[in-house]
Amino acid sequence: MTEIVVSNRSGFRGYSVLTGIVGAVVGYGIGIWIGHQMADRFTWFADTGQNDIGILLAYLLSTTGFLGGLGFLDYPLRRIVGQRPALAVKSKRGAAKYLGMSTDHKVIGLQYLIGIAFFFFIGGLNAMLIRTELLRPNPPVFSPGQYLTIVGMHSTMMIMMVSSIILGPFGHYFVPLMIGARRMAFPRLEALSFWILIFGGFILLTAMSYGGFPTGWTGYPPLAIQANAGMDAYVFAFFLTGSAMILNAVNMMATIISMRAPGLTWGRLPIFVWGMMTTSVLMLLGPPVLLIALFMEVLDRTASTSFFLPAGGGSPFLYENLFWFFGHPEVYILALPGFGLVLEILPVFARKPLWGYRIAVSGSVGVTLLSFMVWQHHLFVSGINATLRPFYMFTTELISVPTGFIFLAAMGTLWRAKIRFTVPMLFALAFFFNFLIGGISGVFLSDVPSDVSLHGSYFVMAHFHYTIMGGLVFAFLAGLYYWFPKMTGVELNETLGKIHFWTMFISFNSTFLPLFALGMLDMPRRVSTYAPHLQFLNDWVSISAYCLFASMLVFLANFVWSLAVTRKPAAQNPWDSRSLEWQLPTPVPVHNFDNIPTIQSGPYEYGNPNAVPIVAFHTAEPMTAGD
Amino acid sequence: MSHDAGSSPAHGRRIITTWLALSVIGVLAVIFGLGPHMPPGNVSDQAAEQTQTNTVLAVVMTPIFIGVITFFVYAIATFRAKEGDTGDGPYVKGDRQLSQMWVGGSIVIVLALAIYGTFELLAADKGIAGVGGGQGSSPIVTAPANALQVQVIGQQWAFTYRYPQYGDIETVRLVIPVDRPVIFHVTSLDVMHSFWAYQIGVKADAVPGADNVAGVTVDHTGTFDIRCAELCGVWHGNMASKGSVLSQAGFAAWIARQSTPVPLPGRRPVYYPDPNGRAG
Repeated sequence: MTEIVVSNRSGFRGYSVLTGIVGAVVGYGIGIWIGHQMADRFTWFADTGQNDIGILLAYLLSTTGFLGGLGFLDYPLRRIVGQRPALAVKSKRGAAKYLGMSTDHKVIGLQYLIGIAFFFFIGGLNAMLIRTELLRPNPPVFSPGQYLTIVGMHSTMMIMMVSSIILGPFGHYFVPLMIGARRMAFPRLEALSFWILIFGGFILLTAMSYGGFPTGWTGYPPLAIQANAGMDAYVFAFFLTGSAMILNAVNMMATIISMRAPGLTWGRLPIFVWGMMTTSVLMLLGPPVLLIALFMEVLDRTASTSFFLPAGGGSPFLYENLFWFFGHPEVYILALPGFGLVLEILPVFARKPLWGYRIAVSGSVGVTLLSFMVWQHHLFVSGINATLRPFYMFTTELISVPTGFIFLAAMGTLWRAKIRFTVPMLFALAFFFNFLIGGISGVFLSDVPSDVSLHGSYFVMAHFHYTIMGGLVFAFLAGLYYWFPKMTGVELNETLGKIHFWTMFISFNSTFLPLFALGMLDMPRRVSTYAPHLQFLNDWVSISAYCLFASMLVFLANFVWSLAVTRKPAAQNPWDSRSLEWQLPTPVPVHNFDNIPTIQSGPYEYGNPNAVPIVAFHTAEPMTAGD
Repeated sequence: MSHDAGSSPAHGRRIITTWLALSVIGVLAVIFGLGPHMPPGNVSDQAAEQTQTNTVLAVVMTPIFIGVITFFVYAIATFRAKEGDTGDGPYVKGDRQLSQMWVGGSIVIVLALAIYGTFELLAADKGIAGVGGGQGSSPIVTAPANALQVQVIGQQWAFTYRYPQYGDIETVRLVIPVDRPVIFHVTSLDVMHSFWAYQIGVKADAVPGADNVAGVTVDHTGTFDIRCAELCGVWHGNMASKGSVLSQAGFAAWIARQSTPVPLPGRRPVYYPDPNGRAG
């Protein structure tokens, strides 16, 4: 491969996140100015003195400025004026390469890790504020508007960021390594999807300076159309992160379909890569519907259309259906990466092949297909046509069948295994415990008679926290402990890791198990005041939530301590894993493989006395023109 | 797994025995311990059906939960690598028969649950089907002739109640008679709300411009809680009130006291937010 290095900049000269910020600020000012010129006093919020159109234009232009400042416009602009574009932008050295546009999938994976962890932390802080408010039924700590903004910040931030918490860091870092590729299919698109996502997170934070938004993460009209200027931040941020998901999905699918090394058949594909593939299908088909719905909502807010306003002939039901057509696959965008990741980890520490590989794959694929046919279970009591409810009840319950496949594969893998209880294995096992509770509570919500009493209550909240926090986030941590040595070249402290696991596992269950009871005792979601007799349970939950947050601080301490202080160098393959990414040296070379390797067997041949090595590296073979 | 039945201690038999024993205990605990306290109670026919469904689902889910947990706990406790053992486990990649049994079993459970849920949903209870959930403007509820019609009107941040059969009076407190079918027509004047009368088992979203119908027959007199279950703006959490169930005579007396029917001023059927005066 002949690399064309046009830019050989180092340090902070040239494009970086600094120029990006300058571009964002300039774009923001221009947007506000244009907005005031074209729509002064026309779409004006009397109480906060803000111009709706100006804010939206400011967001649009600051996004453009930010991406331009990062260098994303360099390539197309050079093409337009007929110059030869810089094909490679990976020449920055040291820490600087993480603070700008990079097209190295390993750099982007680490960027994702840090970026998403940052927003995850902010979302977690908001959760602590929510639990502080709920320490007593009355009087409130925050004003009702502040409280709803905190709730919306927590939920939207988590949904936006956690959607990519596995696909972002681990998908980008490890899919090319696991399939024997040198890069993702579209490296520039890969960088774009990351920076769009991160900018979306910051835009959502700006909602606080515009009076917040009252709608939670669902953004239901007419409340969203009635709401203050902070709503624009929600809409625009969600629009950006939805776009990032689509770009991610295109890239991931193209990579997995077309860039597998010779010998890596679909039947040998690691289950984690299958998880990324199925997640990408959902990310490709779900978010476009969200983008349309958000776009119509923006028009309702600014251009006096009435897609969702009954007075003008629109219908809030339209938004509900569009939103949940995205929203339910989104739930599986959150679940599928976790399935893939824990099933990837389980064989390594059970020292057995993945039991029922094909049934595990069909489980992921089945969930993917079914997830588009269940969304109206969010609308059982909403007032849409009631005759379809048995159908959606059936499809929703049916989705537990492919989910059961994942459990079957896990249980078969553990049977007569030689389990090694490392920190990643503990998190992977806890995933199944938590997800089981999440799944079983979901059955109550899928059944209409039960759902009538439970819909909109804390029961729902407990249910999806068990699947997302207890499922996805535990899987993410399993993956982080598992792959951290490969990603950073240093080992995490195992004692601190085990302390983190046990404190987190116990405080997580102590936080969310009582919420089922609170929901059954008629506590609705998103309220800052509640019946006085529920105070004991709420206090219990709040204190457990603080412990949960503290356990995450243990993790943070371990992360920083291991990375900055002890820096114990990691072995090339500390877990004795057969998977391809562990056969590479640490740190992984910039181009991953000198020559594209040949895959000789599946990744889970543990205990097979006749197993051939998973990969044959071709070091001596001369490069071909095709590389 | 058939092939290691001979060589291993009776892992399978131990798990199944433990599972059966724990399941029997668990199911009995759910039926007799949790069942009587299962929300939302039996104040109305619809609430009783929800309670029954909650209990049935809990009974069905208990053995599944216990089975999976038993397996995991047993596997974690038994199949550990010994200290210093770097070897691998047996090379077993699957079992077709077991997989088929699992798939078949889970489909049977799902079908049974779906059929049961559909039956509960569609079965008319004293002429009122739909277990108290909002069914939209073309409901499967066929209102009995003697049913009391109540329009529930949500607005930021209160529900009001209109009695069209009694001179269209509108009250701020919901009062309904015992043992008489009540049909709620839930709607909203501004944003979406959700009318949730917890103890009597009614939940129906209030959507502007829509008529969301839910039916209930209450069996006991008393009071019940009403809350808004859909985020509707800053005072959503305070949108709570009480409703009363009176005897039929008591209801007649109450409604007569209300009826100096003051015709309400013409009301816009829906609310359109004023773009110049918006506030969250």
